[in-house]
Amino acid sequence: MREYETVIGLEVHAELKTESKIFCACTTEFGGEPNTHVCPVCLGMPGALPVLNKKVVEYAIKAALALNCEIASICRFDRKNYFYPDLPKAYQISQQDFPIAAGGYLMINTPDGEKKIGINRLHMEEDAGKLVHAGDDIARADYSLVDFNRSTVPLVEIVSEPHLRSPGEARAYLDHLKAILEYTEVSDCKMQEGSLRCDANISVMPKGSKEFGVKTELKNMNSFRALQRALEYEVERQIGLLKEGKEVLHETRTWNEQKGITEVLRSKEEAEGYRFFPDPDLMPLVIDEQWVEAVKTTIPELPADKKERLMKDYDLPEYDAGVITSSKSLAKFYDSCVGLYDDPKEISNWLMGELLRLLNTNNIEIEDSPITAENLVELLKLQDEGVISGSIAKKVFEEMFETGTDPETIVEKKGLKQISDVGELGQIVNGVMEKNPQSVEDYRGGKERALKFLVGQVMKETRGKANPQLVNELFLKKL
Amino acid sequence: MASIWEAVKRSAISANLDVSEEELDIYVQRIKDIIGTMDELRGISTENTEPTVNVLSAQNIFREDTVWEGLSRDSALKNAPCVEDGQFRVPKIV
Repeated sequence: MREYETVIGLEVHAELKTESKIFCACTTEFGGEPNTHVCPVCLGMPGALPVLNKKVVEYAIKAALALNCEIASICRFDRKNYFYPDLPKAYQISQQDFPIAAGGYLMINTPDGEKKIGINRLHMEEDAGKLVHAGDDIARADYSLVDFNRSTVPLVEIVSEPHLRSPGEARAYLDHLKAILEYTEVSDCKMQEGSLRCDANISVMPKGSKEFGVKTELKNMNSFRALQRALEYEVERQIGLLKEGKEVLHETRTWNEQKGITEVLRSKEEAEGYRFFPDPDLMPLVIDEQWVEAVKTTIPELPADKKERLMKDYDLPEYDAGVITSSKSLAKFYDSCVGLYDDPKEISNWLMGELLRLLNTNNIEIEDSPITAENLVELLKLQDEGVISGSIAKKVFEEMFETGTDPETIVEKKGLKQISDVGELGQIVNGVMEKNPQSVEDYRGGKERALKFLVGQVMKETRGKANPQLVNELFLKKL
Repeated sequence: MASIWEAVKRSAISANLDVSEEELDIYVQRIKDIIGTMDELRGISTENTEPTVNVLSAQNIFREDTVWEGLSRDSALKNAPCVEDGQFRVPKIV
């Protein structure tokens, strides 16, 4: 049977975290009432002129340097012309022939080791407005409503080379790219708020082939999971077509999250006539070396370096270090914890296990975590001091997450203190032995497993509060 | 040259211009003249010339990243032919 190879390239749009828009002084704040963050420039009114926000250029340089790109000494803005109701000028100001940066790369981890993924270019552009369709979707809507608050919000578009060979690699690339943009603090990277968006070009070809297959462009993937699922679906679909002797068509497809499939949005056969030309309202942008050098000094420790450091300084396994540094906020949380508590691996276990589990199931960002670093450390100390048992600690943690209360208060209020009183435990142990004579016999007859059952019974009676080590010792003495 | 004719027609369509066949012939002839001039320019050696980013020698100016009050929603929507819920209402898109 013929085997196929997948080729993927990603186009990522990230909103830059400036106060004001790229070409006007309106606020970029998310979530205002519709059309309240607008002015003649971002509404595309005749005669209004764009003036470039310096911070946007600084952030673009910063992101580009963190992605190992070359910064152009001179670049230019072009008009990308098309008609769509979210684009009031009927053109988007973007960079076509002379982008601010090109030729970078980032490293990803794959099952076969580290892999270098090329970055073709990074350029600046303005965002469009937001459309709300009156109906289930655009095709069934009778009309649409437009909010221009997002119009002219600054974006960088980062275009990868077609170096990605699987949906998993695409996911790893986006994960690392997001982490870099967060670490450099140029973007919030919130996919659910649209401040990070990703389109993919994907094709399949017979394994070993030199020539790429016909690609489709995928849009509307609103989460990391959606990206991976859409790509997985598309790989299967394209291979299925080729196996049936059919052709893959050059088209733009949209991911339908509910149905879990990709659907045709438009055919690419009608060449996209964007009629790019230099924007006569904006003059060429000259970036001198001093500026680039100055921005370079503001780049903080990046995820890959931080990962190395955690492995070296705290002896963390590579996996742990990778998970913790994948998000800037999580890494920051970790740093706060290790500053207060001297068991880096224990902290990493709690973060990767309990905390991430609860954050993910409740769809909460780490920044908004109800559990603070101080409270987590306090919980670990209560466990160390034998005040609470390990299983109770997990319950307290959940309570802390739900209520935001500190662990000591919870333990006190709920009476969760570990029972370490020999007299009290001795009585419970006696009771359990009386109620389970068969298990006592079994143990005495050499069945080691019976002891576990007996200890379990004590834990059950004390609702997890008994000191398990002490219970063990008591049984051994009495048996 | 059917391909130039097609290209001009496609440009007209993507620019939402209503161009008759006769007009199209005129534009095609003009485009051909321009291409002819370009072909002449192609003969010039540009090996040691930097690409032109812009024909003007002027440079970009910046604004600082500060927020200013824009238009009120009422003024923003004042000239809109159709408004609903504080938004511009536009006809069916597809």
